[in-house]
Amino acid sequence: MLTILFDGIAYGMLLFVLGIGLSITLGLMNFINLAHGAFAMAGGYLAVVMMNMYGISIYWCLPAAFAVSAVLGAVLERTLYVRLYDKSHLDQVLFSIGLVFIAMALVDYAMGANQQIINLPPSLEGRVDFLGASIGIYRLFVIAICSLLTIGLQLVLSKTRFGSQLRAAVDDGRAARGLGINVNFIFALTFAVGSGLAGLGGALSTGIVSLDPTFPLKYMIYFLIVISVGGTTTITGPFFASLLLGVADVAGKYYVPAVGGFIIYTIMVVVLIVRPQGLFTRSTAR
Amino acid sequence: MSAAPTHRSLAAQRLLDSSRWGWHEYAFWLFAFALYFIFPSRLALLTEIITLGLLAMSIDLILGFAGIVTLGQGAFFGLGAYVAGLVAKAGMGTFPLSDPIIGLIIAAGVTGLLGFATSFLVLRGSDLTRLMVTLGVALILAEIINQMRWLTGGADGLQGIISSPVLGLFDFDLYNKTAFLYSMVVLFALFMLARRIVHSPFGLSIKAIKGNSLRARAIGVPVNPRLIAIYTLGASYAGIAGALLAQTSQSASPDMIAFHRSADALLILVFGGAGSLYGGVIGAVAFRLLQDLFSSGAPDVWLAALMNVLPSALNVAPVTAVLKVIFGLMGPKYWSLWLGLVLVLLVLYVRGGILGLLSNLVARFKRSSQKERL
Repeated sequence: MLTILFDGIAYGMLLFVLGIGLSITLGLMNFINLAHGAFAMAGGYLAVVMMNMYGISIYWCLPAAFAVSAVLGAVLERTLYVRLYDKSHLDQVLFSIGLVFIAMALVDYAMGANQQIINLPPSLEGRVDFLGASIGIYRLFVIAICSLLTIGLQLVLSKTRFGSQLRAAVDDGRAARGLGINVNFIFALTFAVGSGLAGLGGALSTGIVSLDPTFPLKYMIYFLIVISVGGTTTITGPFFASLLLGVADVAGKYYVPAVGGFIIYTIMVVVLIVRPQGLFTRSTAR
Repeated sequence: MSAAPTHRSLAAQRLLDSSRWGWHEYAFWLFAFALYFIFPSRLALLTEIITLGLLAMSIDLILGFAGIVTLGQGAFFGLGAYVAGLVAKAGMGTFPLSDPIIGLIIAAGVTGLLGFATSFLVLRGSDLTRLMVTLGVALILAEIINQMRWLTGGADGLQGIISSPVLGLFDFDLYNKTAFLYSMVVLFALFMLARRIVHSPFGLSIKAIKGNSLRARAIGVPVNPRLIAIYTLGASYAGIAGALLAQTSQSASPDMIAFHRSADALLILVFGGAGSLYGGVIGAVAFRLLQDLFSSGAPDVWLAALMNVLPSALNVAPVTAVLKVIFGLMGPKYWSLWLGLVLVLLVLYVRGGILGLLSNLVARFKRSSQKERL
């Protein structure tokens, strides 16, 4: 029972790190980027290659996954995404699905369609007993990293000048521009950091979930659920939504495996019907 | 009464003109039916193209005319396929249920009901909400079908659906002759119906809603009921498309309701050009022919041919390696790469798909010939 709760929290935190970039960029530019998972996949595969083929320690792989995905995100944002901000949502959806398809095929070509698993270092393997529950050390590690990231993000958002500019831009982009805030720059930076976080999450996730070329499609729906439940105006909303989703998914699969993914999809649709703005958002008149 | 036309009649005249049949429409349908004689050995592929085209047409009704973004049309397609399959299995030889037409009607009814029920979810919220709700409904349905193994066969799908002769007269044959003509007639009939609808006052009001729903409301268009109606209709069309595929391919599988089905159909429509009813069919032809070409091993032949004519200056290791990678990616396994490329390029450079390209060319041609006359 406690183990499941714990696994669910680890999973939820992972989902948060994977998806937070998407929810911020969506709130900032109203841009529907279904290809967010592709950046996570890039980070994941990078970690797999570095660890399994070259035997590099996981502590180097994680920052590398972040950096590479962030650069990838920044390059794609400046060259391709920037041309789609004033296009319709349909165009954005088609474009980003196109990117997902391309990424899936390329990864399939380079790495094959089989599932990739990383060989964890001995220090992260095994389980410890905690309050009578048996807990994977790797999951503890994931939770620790994700918590640090979340606290860091929250501090950056609430305490720094950049954070207040970002919040201003999310709240009202036009007014922020009028005040001389360079919204495009903020967006590019946020996009890069968000992609980097996705890559980091992807690298972390290789120790918990399996990684294969369909990763972006499989997790697209999870990201969308996090956003629909958590809203896009804060980071605490997506955070609690991710935890809820993680626990619900793990518990659902454990207790009622027959129902499978059914629970979370239903949660999403119900939330969308009852609260189209998200469960954890203030109802702002915009 | 003065002879000068009033504004009102001018507008009405223009609308009437746009609903009149052009010569290229006659040509299109004549050619479509003539395919029966032109490619007698490819009728199975053509039949599949028809069902894809019909699915894309159903999205056109919802997206191209009403402007509702959907990623879940595959739900109705798959449901239609399973309903038709189950009806055919239940009917087994006894007349009313076993007739494929009855199967189509039941499939259309059931999917229409689901469309009606879910249309209320689609009315709410922004494009993003609509995307997620349609996607969510499709995923839930796919999960249900996957779980109800006793009824649907689970991951194996429904096998051995045997349709009795259409109207008790035309039996399905090995060469897919009946299948092709049957699907073609259904496509044509549904196209005629859709064409009537989009040119009717009802259809015009739908276009008005797409243009600006606030203004449409202000001039007295009941926006929500109209959207519900067109969404339900689109769902039925998709259901019929799925039913056709199940009847002619004699199986229904979870693949028919998978996410990529919805994405493919959307791509096909955008590829062909939305908002004209023809775009879906044209896009389906282009899509399937391309897919067929790539999975036929033709790229290997192209590569060999290219290698032969390659000038010796270019015939060095790096160039040939790159060529090998590119042509290697043309295999059926990496089909999604080209799909993705087409999507990205379409969005970035080509407005309105194939039909948009064609009409641009025609317009340019007309302009240049006008200049010559001056």
